[in-house]
Amino acid sequence: MIGLSHYLILGCILFGIGAYGVIAKRNAVAVLMSVELMLNAVNINFVAAGKYIAPAAGIGQLFAIFVIVVAAAEVAVGLALIIVLFKARKSVNLSDFNILKW
Amino acid sequence: MNIQNLFAHAWLIPLLPFLVFAMIGLILHRWPKVSAAASIAGIATSFIISLQIAWAVFGGPAGAAPFEIAARWLSMPGLRVDMGILIDPLTAVMLVVVTLVASLVQIYSLGYMHGDPGFASYYAYQSLFAGSMLGLVISNNFGQIFVFWELVGICSYLLIGFWFGRNSAKEAAKKAFITNRVGDFGFLLGILFLQIIFGTLNFADLADKIPQYANSAVLITISILLLAGPVGKSAQFPLHVWLPDAMEGPTPVSALIHAATMVAAGVYLIARAFFIFNTSPQTMMVIAIIGGFTALFAASIALVQSDIKRILAYSTLSQLGYMVMAMGVGAMTAGMFHLMTHAFFKSLLFLGAGSVIHAMTDEQNIWKMGGLYKKMPVTTWTFIIGALALAGIPPLSGFWSKDEILLGAYAGGHMGLYILGSLVAFMTAFYMFRLIFVAFFGSNTGGEAAHESPHVMTVPLIILAVISVFAGFVGSPLMGNIFGHYVTAAGAAEHEPSAAIMVVSSIIAIAGIFLAWLIYQRKAVDYEALKTKYIGIWTLLYNKYYIDEFYTWLIAHFVDGIAKVFFWFDLYVINGLVNGLAYITGRSGLQLRYTEDGQVQTYALYMLAGVVIILITAICAVFTALA
Repeated sequence: MIGLSHYLILGCILFGIGAYGVIAKRNAVAVLMSVELMLNAVNINFVAAGKYIAPAAGIGQLFAIFVIVVAAAEVAVGLALIIVLFKARKSVNLSDFNILKW
Repeated sequence: MNIQNLFAHAWLIPLLPFLVFAMIGLILHRWPKVSAAASIAGIATSFIISLQIAWAVFGGPAGAAPFEIAARWLSMPGLRVDMGILIDPLTAVMLVVVTLVASLVQIYSLGYMHGDPGFASYYAYQSLFAGSMLGLVISNNFGQIFVFWELVGICSYLLIGFWFGRNSAKEAAKKAFITNRVGDFGFLLGILFLQIIFGTLNFADLADKIPQYANSAVLITISILLLAGPVGKSAQFPLHVWLPDAMEGPTPVSALIHAATMVAAGVYLIARAFFIFNTSPQTMMVIAIIGGFTALFAASIALVQSDIKRILAYSTLSQLGYMVMAMGVGAMTAGMFHLMTHAFFKSLLFLGAGSVIHAMTDEQNIWKMGGLYKKMPVTTWTFIIGALALAGIPPLSGFWSKDEILLGAYAGGHMGLYILGSLVAFMTAFYMFRLIFVAFFGSNTGGEAAHESPHVMTVPLIILAVISVFAGFVGSPLMGNIFGHYVTAAGAAEHEPSAAIMVVSSIIAIAGIFLAWLIYQRKAVDYEALKTKYIGIWTLLYNKYYIDEFYTWLIAHFVDGIAKVFFWFDLYVINGLVNGLAYITGRSGLQLRYTEDGQVQTYALYMLAGVVIILITAICAVFTALA
């Protein structure tokens, strides 16, 4: 029987993979994708919690939809930033963007 | 006028000169002659009020309770300082002496300072001084006395350095001020101790509380500390060095401040606080020894000096030592008596010297004068009267007062001090007449261009000469010693006048004059040969026992040495601490900046690590709470 904990564990694993990607990947597009992965891990948590703890209200689904909407906007902004950076530096490698260094 | 009413308005005496000072400073300084007139009018009015007060005090019964009123000046928990007036015979004598001498000196200055570019400010300072000095003598508590004590010090500084264009005047002013600081430091400590231990600074209250502490170590400490004030102000050894240099000021200033009044403030203070000093024989002994030593020490220096004002300055030191010695042997009345007579004849001598210097166009060396008696008869004769009074020739004023002191020392059982005093009297007569025979009757040339001073200068000389002759009678046995009847204090020694002592001191004085006549007028002994024979002693005396050189050496080695240690401490310890802190901060910043590599992902990692740590802590907390 698949229960709440299975969903939570799946969310955890997805979040971990996403976090690893954000920290370890050098490609800016891959980092953006990893962020999406983390957001979706959160979505799974919301929906699972909505289903198992308060099924009647549907608040879980509502929050998941909110997150998807915001994520779509965020990806649009993120991709725009990456394009601008690429135009300026001819690169999407985050190691090249260390201009805030001492 | 009602006497109480008169006394209650005595505060006008110091206030008038202060008002004049403010008026000159703010408005009148544009018109020098008006300034001088205002100043003289102010001090003359004060003199008239003082005379009335003295008349009332000495007309009243002897030993009457002193009149006292006071207003609160400042107060805080544990400290209250009043501004008040205290009128008793001691105050009355000082008021009359100060206002009289100040009036005459200010009139005399009209001639002496004529045409000086600082004429108006000279009179402003004179008024400020007169007000401060009168405020000092009229005080009813130590707090007020200290304020005015410092004010007269400031005036002394301003007037010594009046011709500040001259480097020596500047230096002398600073020297006077700094030397007085040393004494005033002890004085202030003594006052603070009085306040802490007795809780009051009022003389009458202190006089009630002091006797139960008689002979205690606390009281001895306090009285020695208080003594530091008079030692500085009255230029007693070892703080005497400033007074001879103070002669850099205009001569009338030397007459008023550095001979008659301000330097006598120390003696006045000892008399005023006699009830404190008198309780410890040890302190009295110290006072007597300091005074006696200063008298002898300064008189011996005066024997060989060649500057007319310096001779008088060392004479003043010597006479102040006499007064202090009188206080020390318990003859407070004699000390005050000598203070009064000395104020008259010494200011006369200084004004006479000023008249000579004025006539000689600023020449002060007695060897470059000579035959002045033909050119300046009034100055010469008044000067001789002053010198006779100082030497103690009967029946002039100095004879009576000096005799009282010698009597006090002798009858008080201080044989050593009596002999010392007589020796000083001999030296005094000798150096004064050495000055007169050389400068006024000598065959040296240099006085051809000299001329008698204007009346505005000679009239004060004549008035002072008359007073110098007759002032002594108020304290003489011939008139029943009215002075001693009134001006006295509990525990002050009183002795029956002794004819033997009078005869002895007269003979001593005449012998001194005779010796001076033999050497310098008759030339029975060649003084140049005498000088060559005892050149060692002569050099020592002429260089004032090298005290100034010794102090210079002391400051150069000892004081500067301490300063060097502190400088090192400041440079390496204090600065080291501050700079070291900055260095450590800077170096750690240099190392820590490598953590900021500019990589967004590194920052993300830090954030994640932070979140994880907070989460783990929170979870642990929850589990601990549940368990």
